[in-house]
Amino acid sequence: MNNSYSETENNSLPLDIKDIPVLRYPDFFDQVTLLLKNPANHCVNYYAAATTGAVKYFCCIADDIDKKIRILAHESDNNEQILMSLTPECPSMHIFEREIFENFGVEFRDHPWLKPVRYPQNRPDRSRVMDNYPFYEIESEELHEVGVGPVHAGVIEPGHFRFICNGEKVLHLEIQLGYQHRGIERLFQDLNSSLQRCILSESIAGDSSVAHGLAHSQLIESLAGPDVGETLQIERCIGLELERIAVHIGDTAALCGDVAYQLGQVTCEALRTVVINTMQFWCGNRFGKGLIRPGGTNYPLNDTIAEEILKNLDNIGRRFDRITSMIYSLPSVLARFEDIGTVTKQQALSTGAVGMTARTCGVLRDIRSTHPFQYYKYYPVSPAILDAGDVLARGKIRSLEVRESIRIVHDLIDQWRRTNREIGKPVYDYNLRPDSYAVSLIEGWRGEICHSAATDASGKIMHYKVKDPSLHNWMALALAVRDQEISDFPVCNKSFNLSYCGNDL
Amino acid sequence: MLKEIKVLSDHGWQSIKDLRNQPVSSIFRGRPVISDDITENEVIRVSDLCPSGAISGDSGGIDLGRCVFCRECEFCLPGKIRFTNDYRIATSSMEALVIKPGSDIRVRFDSSLVRSEVRKLFKGALKLRQVSAGGDNSCEMELAASGNVNFDLGRYGIEFTASPRHADGIVITGPITENMAKALQMTYDAVPAPKIIILAGTDAISGGIFKESPAVNRQFLDRRHIDLYVPGNPIHPLTFINGIMDLLGIKP
Repeated sequence: MNNSYSETENNSLPLDIKDIPVLRYPDFFDQVTLLLKNPANHCVNYYAAATTGAVKYFCCIADDIDKKIRILAHESDNNEQILMSLTPECPSMHIFEREIFENFGVEFRDHPWLKPVRYPQNRPDRSRVMDNYPFYEIESEELHEVGVGPVHAGVIEPGHFRFICNGEKVLHLEIQLGYQHRGIERLFQDLNSSLQRCILSESIAGDSSVAHGLAHSQLIESLAGPDVGETLQIERCIGLELERIAVHIGDTAALCGDVAYQLGQVTCEALRTVVINTMQFWCGNRFGKGLIRPGGTNYPLNDTIAEEILKNLDNIGRRFDRITSMIYSLPSVLARFEDIGTVTKQQALSTGAVGMTARTCGVLRDIRSTHPFQYYKYYPVSPAILDAGDVLARGKIRSLEVRESIRIVHDLIDQWRRTNREIGKPVYDYNLRPDSYAVSLIEGWRGEICHSAATDASGKIMHYKVKDPSLHNWMALALAVRDQEISDFPVCNKSFNLSYCGNDL
Repeated sequence: MLKEIKVLSDHGWQSIKDLRNQPVSSIFRGRPVISDDITENEVIRVSDLCPSGAISGDSGGIDLGRCVFCRECEFCLPGKIRFTNDYRIATSSMEALVIKPGSDIRVRFDSSLVRSEVRKLFKGALKLRQVSAGGDNSCEMELAASGNVNFDLGRYGIEFTASPRHADGIVITGPITENMAKALQMTYDAVPAPKIIILAGTDAISGGIFKESPAVNRQFLDRRHIDLYVPGNPIHPLTFINGIMDLLGIKP
């Protein structure tokens, strides 16, 4: 037992918040750096939260070998405004420190770019506004800047992209976000009813409603303890895989659209429609909103739905395989995908990349396999790993994952048939365990999602933190387009398909 | 070449022929029906339960502009409240969005509220600029899907443009965040007059689950004429398309 941190596991019991050792900052700094030196470890969330008269820091480091999550804490009174930055030692911490800086005005000494992350409504420094974001600049007569957004040409979310270009070539891209900030974390604290918090969790990123909804319900179950049986666990995993299949096929359509391969685009669009309509057949919503609730569900799977899922997935799987084998062998497509927007393994590690972005750089980041939750605890998943790190790899991994997810759903439905099929109704009148701290990790289609919360002595939510995988991966996109033609930006962007609202919260 | 032909023949004819009457899953959550024998106590129960304040404690009516379509009121009072799969719920006025107890008729679209220039100028072709102002990307994806091979909104000359300068109006999604307020205003200003405003999704119509959030700033909507309200969480492409057809007076 180490007295520097507490240990927990994903999808398990909460910690007593008083048991988490509170370290002096130098010790906190040393422990975090020491843990992150071990390649098995990565930081799944690091943030600060206001307590009475103080600011408390929580750092959650996940160990992919022993499957533990270690929680380190530090507390400072409001006067402690300058801290040593972890970023020079552990670059992946850069975004977390930026967020703490923005939320609490803490200066991290030696941080390379302490810039706003999302301009939250309750930021202490109101002089920082969307209009005066401190973009990186290069003085030169040969270079020019290109600004794009917040409103983009397509039907997508807002964000601002600032390119510094040499001719057609991108030297540097900086991405300014925050336009979508809705005050989600604050609302988790303020909203009174548990149903409201469910609806809120499904709206963090609507394309990941099942994943974020599950991260929330799993966190609540950890803090409140309604037991979830095997049947419900399996059904949740099926929902998560359907979401993954739908988005991956849709992304493949979008990638084809960007390089004007219409056959690929329209075929995949139609296939995606079948998947989301299957979701609608199950729970009445094409994005799975309403499917995930704490303690139970309003939409238990039945034989008719299971048959429909299997029938549609078999058909889709066959057709998607055929079209992707064409997409990824067509010279005119390959010319636009191959060696474009490459992220190196080193870059993936140092930006803290997660999800497909990491897995296409030879880095295994998949919570289903490394910190299994729900039924994945009993059903090992072996994620596809590629190593080219380019647009082609990020396209191809989607086709591999669709195939694998269809296989998983088949297996899960087989398992499901063997269960007692007893599922309760959702539980909304739960009492959260007082003075507790819990972490919930989910592998959504986009990557690792982390929700964590602490309760006070009366069991009320004291703080609620959400981390969407996009928080890490936006930096990977910025690095990917360096030295690329600016005209390749759209296809690079699509290949990541990151969330604006998930980042902005 | 043979492979391509095989893909195309499997693909078949994807476009929905009758966008007015396309069947959707029976459990799709569209227009609710509230029984007229719902009691006062029952109304209070579901009004307290409703996560977005869509159910009036007085009348028992459900305001689709506020409803997040979670269906929990139906689960609470089965037999008294029932969500039908009627997706034709987009309309021209806030009042028409309120479903009263005992009512089981289609949401009324009041054509007299449509400005005369809208049908005159845009019936043959309507170009729209989409602005996501805090949307969660589900409404945005459904708007994009409206133009895909299945829904094919382009058949009526309706599509989304890359620039507001080329547009005849804007479609707003999301509760309108403070951080997006200025960009929304600038986009709207850049659209040449006459122009229309469509609110797509419950978040856009009322703020939805975010309506109390201090990070939201809905001033843009003050004193502005809204041409079309499209409820949903997210909107269904068919709701959007039928709403536009009603707005423009397009007969199938």
